Amino acid sequence: MDATGGDMTGWVIGRRQALAGAAAALAAPGIGQAQGEPIRIGEINSYTAQPAFLLPYRNGWTLAAEQVNAAGGINGRRIETIHRDDAGKPEDAVRLAGELANAEKVALLSGGFLSNVGLAIADYANQNRKLYVASEPLTDALVWSRGNRYTFRLRASTYMQSAMLVEEAAKLPARRWATVAPNYEYGQSAVRWFKELLTRAKPDVTFVAEQFPALGRIDAGATVQALAAANPEAIFNVTFGADLTNFVRQGLTRGLFERRRVVSLLTGEPEYLDPLQDEAPENWIVTGYPWEQINTPEHTAFRDAYRRRWNDYPRLGSVVGYDTVIAIAAMLRKSPSLDTEAMVDAMQGLQFGSVFGPVEFRGIDHQSTMGAYVGRTVLRNGKGTMADWRYADGKNYLPPDDVVRALRPQT
Amino acid sequence: MENLVLQALSGLASASSLFLVASGLTVIFGVTRIVNFAHGSFYMLGAYLAWTFVTTLPRGHLGFWGGVLAAALLTGMIGVLVEVLILRRIYRAPELFQLLATFGVVLVVQDLALLTWGAQDLLGPRAPGLRGGTEILGLRFPDYELFLIAVGPVVLGLLLLLFHRTRWGTLVRAATQDREMVGALGVNQRWLFTSVFFLGACLAGLGGALQLPRESVNLHMDLAIITEAFVVVVVGGLGSLAGAALAALLIGELHAFGILVLPKITLVLVFLVMALVLVVRPHGLLGRAPGPPVGGANTAEPVIRPAPPALRWLGFVALAAAVALPPFFGDYALSVLTEIAIFVLFAASLHLIMGPGGMASFGHAAYFGLGAYGAALAAKWLAAPMEVGLLLAPFAVGVFGLLFGWFCVRLSGVYAAMLTLAFAQIAWSIAFQWVEVTGGDNGILGVWPDAWASSKLVFYYLTLALCLAATLLLRRIVHAPFGYALRAQRDSALRSEAIGIDAFRTRWLAFALAAVMAGIAGGLFAYAKGSVFPTFMGIPRSVDALIMVLLGGVQTLSGPIIGALAYTGLQEQLVRLTDYWRLVLGLSIIALVLFFPQGLAGAARSAWEARRGDA
Repeated sequence: MDATGGDMTGWVIGRRQALAGAAAALAAPGIGQAQGEPIRIGEINSYTAQPAFLLPYRNGWTLAAEQVNAAGGINGRRIETIHRDDAGKPEDAVRLAGELANAEKVALLSGGFLSNVGLAIADYANQNRKLYVASEPLTDALVWSRGNRYTFRLRASTYMQSAMLVEEAAKLPARRWATVAPNYEYGQSAVRWFKELLTRAKPDVTFVAEQFPALGRIDAGATVQALAAANPEAIFNVTFGADLTNFVRQGLTRGLFERRRVVSLLTGEPEYLDPLQDEAPENWIVTGYPWEQINTPEHTAFRDAYRRRWNDYPRLGSVVGYDTVIAIAAMLRKSPSLDTEAMVDAMQGLQFGSVFGPVEFRGIDHQSTMGAYVGRTVLRNGKGTMADWRYADGKNYLPPDDVVRALRPQT
Repeated sequence: MENLVLQALSGLASASSLFLVASGLTVIFGVTRIVNFAHGSFYMLGAYLAWTFVTTLPRGHLGFWGGVLAAALLTGMIGVLVEVLILRRIYRAPELFQLLATFGVVLVVQDLALLTWGAQDLLGPRAPGLRGGTEILGLRFPDYELFLIAVGPVVLGLLLLLFHRTRWGTLVRAATQDREMVGALGVNQRWLFTSVFFLGACLAGLGGALQLPRESVNLHMDLAIITEAFVVVVVGGLGSLAGAALAALLIGELHAFGILVLPKITLVLVFLVMALVLVVRPHGLLGRAPGPPVGGANTAEPVIRPAPPALRWLGFVALAAAVALPPFFGDYALSVLTEIAIFVLFAASLHLIMGPGGMASFGHAAYFGLGAYGAALAAKWLAAPMEVGLLLAPFAVGVFGLLFGWFCVRLSGVYAAMLTLAFAQIAWSIAFQWVEVTGGDNGILGVWPDAWASSKLVFYYLTLALCLAATLLLRRIVHAPFGYALRAQRDSALRSEAIGIDAFRTRWLAFALAAVMAGIAGGLFAYAKGSVFPTFMGIPRSVDALIMVLLGGVQTLSGPIIGALAYTGLQEQLVRLTDYWRLVLGLSIIALVLFFPQGLAGAARSAWEARRGDA
């Protein structure tokens, strides 16, 4: 696929497919292909640095864009995406943001996977008065301590996901906790929130050990041994990707998880659970995405459309990419013009139907209320998946408004 | 107590894995003197190939161990391919130039691995017969780790036997000591180099393949291992197998116990160790100081002459274009030009120590990044206006340049380069870890130019003026008495000392000066981007600078300028054109290396001189 996304031009989705798709609610039957100048969206992501998450993300994005266009586009105008690869470097993301805004004349910016890339684009957006709809970066700073008028974020933040897990962790009898997290902002914040919220919920817990392996470079054997030496009753894990795989393997062989509960961020996402195959840990309390079991009408339609288009099952990244486009399309329908200020106003309090259900971009901090699924991991047919899960709606896992106002610079 | 014993065993297992990779690297370096960046790629390929073999072959001992061996051998063959197709053609190129080619190979392999095996991490099966654990002092320890602990010493023993008991091994050791002499005695060097490359790549592949039951196979394996392997090789002493083993042991154990005391130390530990070892022992633990360079004047680099009139004219035309055309460009073109101007200065500053100075640096981004942080911290904590920040940054960097430089310039060759890398990584980890002051990896935001310079055009002219002045000053310095002294000590330290040049002081000041210039570039970069992140002083940024200088040509003054233009321009265009820009960029670099082994500017000069007949 070329980077300009130009290959979408020839793709016309059948009417039946469009109706079956999640965009069906938005599609007016009988409207053919969109007419007029396309609306350009600039999308920046770390495609070469984080392909495992971002290829499904891109597929989800493309699917949604095709559905929007097949359903008549935005008031008759097609949407067109220009994708750029920042290779994981925030300084390159800033240059590309400039390129998209100035040379490609995009109406708005989107994307971002790594937190620092997201913050760099957000700061560019603030300085240059351009709308930025962040899809993936999890850092709380994006909407709180460094939040700004032009930046909105879709995915449930580090705080929200930690709060969801604390709710479950507080129900456990465990008092002695250990933590393991990658040594960068995401890992540090997750551990900080988890400690703070859990101590508030259960004042008698103690944290007996913490490990901060470098991201992507965990020395799993030594880390597992160091955690075991502290003999905790439960473990809070924030590692993901290759670190998680190595941690789980060493932990299983060394018996770290026996008679211990593990509470783990993101581990239920297919991106991170599937590579573990039949060695996926059992009975961990996780946030994630049990894609094969969610049978709400919105999700079923999305899953079917995704499988038809890509001949593959959706990952969480697919949902994030898909919903970002759906949110942008909803905003474009609501906004009277492509003027940035008008679009920012339209984003404030924007409500749209996501794959997970209704979501709102809060006016107070520009965070969406998209939630996550919380459950425990089990092995089924030699694969890890989630059981006893529930959808934790993001709006229930945000601090009270006065706290948010204190966290976010008020202008 | 039991826990400490198990921690030590875990450290041994890691040390063993590390040694396998490092041994291959050190053998290759010892004989061919190639700084092989692609060694990490061989390691990754070994792991991926092993995954493919082990999952397709029938399960059981034969399938698993056969698959691992087959992967190692196939990786060795890939190493031979790289050597025969690329490296063999450029052995006569200047030192470190082969590094450029291996960097191209790294880029190509990254995209090919993504295309072949997909983006998702792959988990291989566990080793048959070694799935479980053994009780040691009442605690469970994985059998496979015990096996790994044994593999390291066995491989070391086999290698020592190979090197000391076979004719081939004797030749390899002889070549490690004196390559020219071995050649003069009639040994076929080509064959020797190729076979050494096979062995080295094989060992890397074996190291990767043996990780299969331990770790997932993923696309980040190459870069994760390569710096660590280099550290082990350098700490042990280049070319020394026993040294590599000792260093791997040291680092493996320090890691295992370090995280008990300071859980966050993993980021920087290996580099702290390397810095300490190199300061105390400039040639590593078991390395030997190379003898004095043979023949003194014979090794002198070509004399740098004033630019010929045609080149001056070309320079004037380019300058006139850089001044006159931008008002007609859009904002994006201006920001790219700003970036190019900054990188020209960055590359020129590195060139001062690499070309005329004769020292390599793998950590030049430290000074670029420190300049950026200097400017950003001044803006954030002192609320300083842009002018003050831009002025303050180079001074702050100069202090660090003097400090780090004092240690680095006492060393030579790859050792010096690796010490610069160690300091760069220490600086990087401070920026990364000291969240209260530097904002950690989330960086410092809102470092935008003052109102008068906020227009892209004004900022471009500001950058152009500063970078041009600094670059021309660097040129001037090379032709000044200081520059002559610098070049003299590069060509013969002994002779220059004899005529009263203080070689150490000359190198030291040049190093600090280069740091200051990189600091100017970094300060401008901070304001051009509006934010500062630890990536500004990360290894990739240092490598970028190195690539620009090498691509342009080390022994010409225009080299870094051409190199910065070519590399930045190429990358900027490719990222916009294709998703597989790494593949195309890697292939372009390899092609440039093969066709212009003197660098772009060097090739232009040769062509010019050949036409005028005064070569």
